[in-house]
Amino acid sequence: MAELSFVITMSVVTLFWAIVGGIVPLFIPKGPNRGVIVTMLVLTSVCCYLFWLIAILAQLNPLFGPSLSTDAIWYLRYHWP
Amino acid sequence: MDSLLRGEELCLAQLFLQSGSAYDCISELGELGLVEFRDLNPSVNAFQRKHVNEIKNCEEMERILGYLLREIKKADISLPERDVNPVAPLPKHVMAIMEQLQRLEVELGEVTRNKEKLQKNLLELREYTHMLRITHSFVQRTSEREPLHVQYEEFPFLEKDTVMDYSSMQRLGAKLGFISGLIQRAKIEAFERMLWRVCKGYTILSYAEVDEYLEDPETGEPSKSIVFLISYWGEQIGQKVKKISDCYHCHLYPYPTNNDERNDVVEGLKTRIQDLHTVLHRTEDYLRQVLMKASESVYTWVIQVKKIKAIYYILNLCSLDVTNKCLIAEVWCPVNDIANLRRALEEGSRKSGATVPSFVNRIPTSDTPPSLIRTNKFTSGFQGIVDAYGVGNYREVNPAPFTIITFPFLFAVMFGDLGHGLIMALFAFWMVLYENNRKLKNTRNEIWNTFFEGRYIILMMGLFSIYTGLIYNDCFSKSLNIFGSGWSVKAMFTAEMWKTDDLSGNRFLTLDPNVTGVFKGPYPLGIDPIWNLATNRLTFLNSYKMKMSVIIGIIHMSFGVILSTYNHLHFRKKHNLYLVFLPELLFLLCLFGYLVFMIFYKWLVFSAKDSREAPSILIHFINMFLMQGDGVPPLYPGQTGLQIFLVVIAVLSVPVLLLGKPIYLNWLHNGSQRLGMYRGYERVRRNSEEELYLMRANDMEEGSSHSDLSSSGDHEAEEFDFADEFLHQAIHTIEYCLGCVSNTASYLRLWALSLAHAQLSDVLWAMVMRVGLRMDTRLGVLFLVPVFSLFAVLTVSILLVMEGLSAFLHALRLHWVEFQNKFYSGTGVKFSPFSFSLLPSSFEHDGLL
Repeated sequence: MAELSFVITMSVVTLFWAIVGGIVPLFIPKGPNRGVIVTMLVLTSVCCYLFWLIAILAQLNPLFGPSLSTDAIWYLRYHWP
Repeated sequence: MDSLLRGEELCLAQLFLQSGSAYDCISELGELGLVEFRDLNPSVNAFQRKHVNEIKNCEEMERILGYLLREIKKADISLPERDVNPVAPLPKHVMAIMEQLQRLEVELGEVTRNKEKLQKNLLELREYTHMLRITHSFVQRTSEREPLHVQYEEFPFLEKDTVMDYSSMQRLGAKLGFISGLIQRAKIEAFERMLWRVCKGYTILSYAEVDEYLEDPETGEPSKSIVFLISYWGEQIGQKVKKISDCYHCHLYPYPTNNDERNDVVEGLKTRIQDLHTVLHRTEDYLRQVLMKASESVYTWVIQVKKIKAIYYILNLCSLDVTNKCLIAEVWCPVNDIANLRRALEEGSRKSGATVPSFVNRIPTSDTPPSLIRTNKFTSGFQGIVDAYGVGNYREVNPAPFTIITFPFLFAVMFGDLGHGLIMALFAFWMVLYENNRKLKNTRNEIWNTFFEGRYIILMMGLFSIYTGLIYNDCFSKSLNIFGSGWSVKAMFTAEMWKTDDLSGNRFLTLDPNVTGVFKGPYPLGIDPIWNLATNRLTFLNSYKMKMSVIIGIIHMSFGVILSTYNHLHFRKKHNLYLVFLPELLFLLCLFGYLVFMIFYKWLVFSAKDSREAPSILIHFINMFLMQGDGVPPLYPGQTGLQIFLVVIAVLSVPVLLLGKPIYLNWLHNGSQRLGMYRGYERVRRNSEEELYLMRANDMEEGSSHSDLSSSGDHEAEEFDFADEFLHQAIHTIEYCLGCVSNTASYLRLWALSLAHAQLSDVLWAMVMRVGLRMDTRLGVLFLVPVFSLFAVLTVSILLVMEGLSAFLHALRLHWVEFQNKFYSGTGVKFSPFSFSLLPSSFEHDGLL
C-alpha cells in the first residue's frame, strides 16, 4: 500500500517535470528568444525535479523517528488518521 | 540565442568618409549606436588635435548652459517634459546657437546686476527710515523728561540727560556733533567698549534695536541691526568716532538738525522707497520672463551641444588620408550590422549633399575585438551580474543564460520559505507591472535604482523561493499538511509500544519506524509536516540539507566543467578536450561523483531495520583516500576493489592534466618547424618576408595602419614558450584539484544559510506572534494588532531584506567562484558603441536637469 502511493507519486512528478523540460520546449514559437526560453525550461525542470527527488529519497527509509512532546502525542493520537 | 550564449561576431572595418559629409555620417552613426570607433591618433596630444577649437566652443556653450540652468533652478521655474530628441545641428548652425547663448548670458548678467543694485538701494533707504524713526524716539524721550529735570545752575556738567539738541549746545559754545547709523547686533557691545576706551567720555552713545529683520546685502541672510546715535564734543573726537564706525562696518546716515528737516527727509524717503519697490518688481518680472523663454529651449540646446561635442570628439579620432580629401575611421562593427552601417553612411552622404558617397571596407585583423552580447530587459539584469565579475573574452561561452535559472534557484535553496518568497515575488511583480512609470524609472535614489534594475532577478528569486519553501515545508516557520503525514502516532499505541501512563510519565517520546504502521511512506511533496512538531527536527534536517548541498554542488560544478567543452570546440583546440577536459571530469566524478553515488545508495538501501549498522559516508570516503577498508563493514560487495580503481584513475588524471597540454603543444611547434625545414619551409618563409616588406612599404605610402597586423603574424611562431606554458598549466592543475575539495565544502553554505533562515523565522514566531496569540480573547484581539505590526516590520527588515541580501551575496559568490572558475576567464573588454543615448550628461549628474 505504501509502496503503491510512492510509485504513483514518483511517476506523476517525474512525468510532470519531463513534460515541462522535454515536451513544452518543442512548442515554443521561433523567434529571437527561443533559445533562452528553451534553456530556461530545461534548467528549471532539472533543478526542481532534482530538489524534489532529494527530498523524497531522504525520507524513503528513515533511520530514526521524530521525537514529540506528550502534548503533541495526545493531540495527534485523536486528530490525525 | 547564439548571441546570448557566446557573444556576437565583430569585425574591424574602415570607413572612408568624404570630408564634406563626415559630420553628417558620424551624426547618423551616433543616432544608431552601431559601431565603436578606434583612436587612429593615439600619440597626438588632446590640445593638438584637429578640431580642438570646436570642442572649446562646445565647452563654452556648456558653461553658459550650466549658468542658465542654475538661474532657472533658482527662480523655481519648472522645465517642460523631456521627450524631445533633436538631431545634431550642422556646423553652420553651431555659431548661431553660440551667439544666442552668449546674448542670453549677457542679458541675464545685466538684469541680475541691476536687480542687486536696486535691492541694495532699497536696503539703505529702509535703514535710513528706521534710523530716523528710532533716533526720533531718543529725542522725544529726553524732551519729555526735560521739564521734570531739576536744573542746577551752578553745576551744569552734572546733568544726566545725554541728548541735547543744537540750540542748547550752541549756548555752551561747544561744537557738538552727531553721528548716527546702523550696526549689526553682534557687534554693538564691542563697539561701545571701543568708543569708551578711545574717546573716554567725550562721546555719548545711545542705541535701540530695530524690530524687523533686515537683509544683509553681503550674505543675503536676515539679521538684526541696532540703530545708534553718538553725540560727541570736538572735531578730533568726531574723526576718531568716524574711523571706529568704519572699522565696525556701520552704515552711517546724516542726522537731521531739527524736527522739520527730519520730517522732510522722512517724507522723501517714503516716496523713494515706494518708487524703488515698483522698479524692483518690474525688474524681477522681466528676469522671470527671460528665464521662462530660455527654459523652453534650454533642454534642446543641452542635447544639441552634447551631440556636437561628441561628433567633434569622434572626428578627432579619425585620420586624414594622403590626398587630404578623405577621412579614414576604423571601427569595430558587428558582422550582422554591416548592412545597416552601409545604409547609415549612404543616408549621411545624401543629407550633406555630397557627390561622392562614403563607403565602408572590412579589413582583416589579428587584434581581439571587444565582446558584444545583446540583451533585452529581462536578460540584462543577469548579464549585469555576470559582467560585474568580468566581461567575457571575445566569443567565449557566456554563463548568463544559465545564470537566469541557477542563480535564483541557489538563492531559493538558501532562502526557502513559502511566505517570504510570496512577499518577495509580489513586490517584484508590482515593480515589473509599473516598470514604464516614469517616476519609478527616473528617481535619483541609488538604493531604489538598484532594486528596480534587478526587478526580474527578484521576481525569479521569489518564484523559486515559493517552490523551495513548499519542498522544505516552511511557511513563516509553520508547515503545511496537504497530503497527510506519513507518520502515525496511533500505530504506536495499537502496537502496544506506548501506553497511556507513558504519556504522564515522560515529556518526550520518540516514534520508532521499525514498528509496523508507524511510518506509512514518504510525504509526496517535500518534508513531512510532523517534523515541525518534533524536538529532534534539526538532527534530521541537518543530515538531509548537508547531503542536498553536496549533491547540488557537485552537479553544478560538473555542469561548469562540461560547459568548457563549448569553448574548446569553438576555438578549435581539440587537444584541450582530451588533455584538459577529460582528466578534469574524471578527477571530479571519480572522487566526488562517487560520493554522490554513496549518498543515494545509503538512502535507498539502508532503512530503520539496519539502522544500527548504517555506515557513515564520511568515514567511508576518508578511508577511500587512505586505501583502508578493514575497520568498517562494506556498503556493498566489491566496494574496496571499486574504490581502489576510482582512486587510481583520479590520481592518474592529475599528471595528464599537469603535463599533457604543455608537452603536446611543445611537440606541435618543434615538430612542425622541423618538418617545415625538410620541405623547404625556410624558403617559403623568406619569400613571405619579402612580401611583408613590400606590403609595409605600400602601407607607408597609403598612410594606413596595416603594419601592426602583419607584424604580429610574424612573431606568432616564435612565441611558444614551454616554461611559460608549463607554469600556467601547473597553476591551473593545482587550483583545480585543490579547488574541487574546497569548492565542494563551500557549497555547504547552502545548508548553513537555510538553517539560519529557518531558525530566525522560528524565533520570530515564537517570541513575537505566539505571545499575541496566547492571550485571552478580549484583550488578545486588541493586543494582537501591535504585535502583528511588530512581527511584520521585523519579518520584512530582518528576514526579507537582511537574509535576502545575505542569500543573494552567497549565491552570487557560488556562481562567480565555484561555478565560473571551471570554464570562464572573464578578462575581455566590453563593446561600447558610439551612441548619443549612452553619453552621460554632466548636468544630470549635478542634479540640474
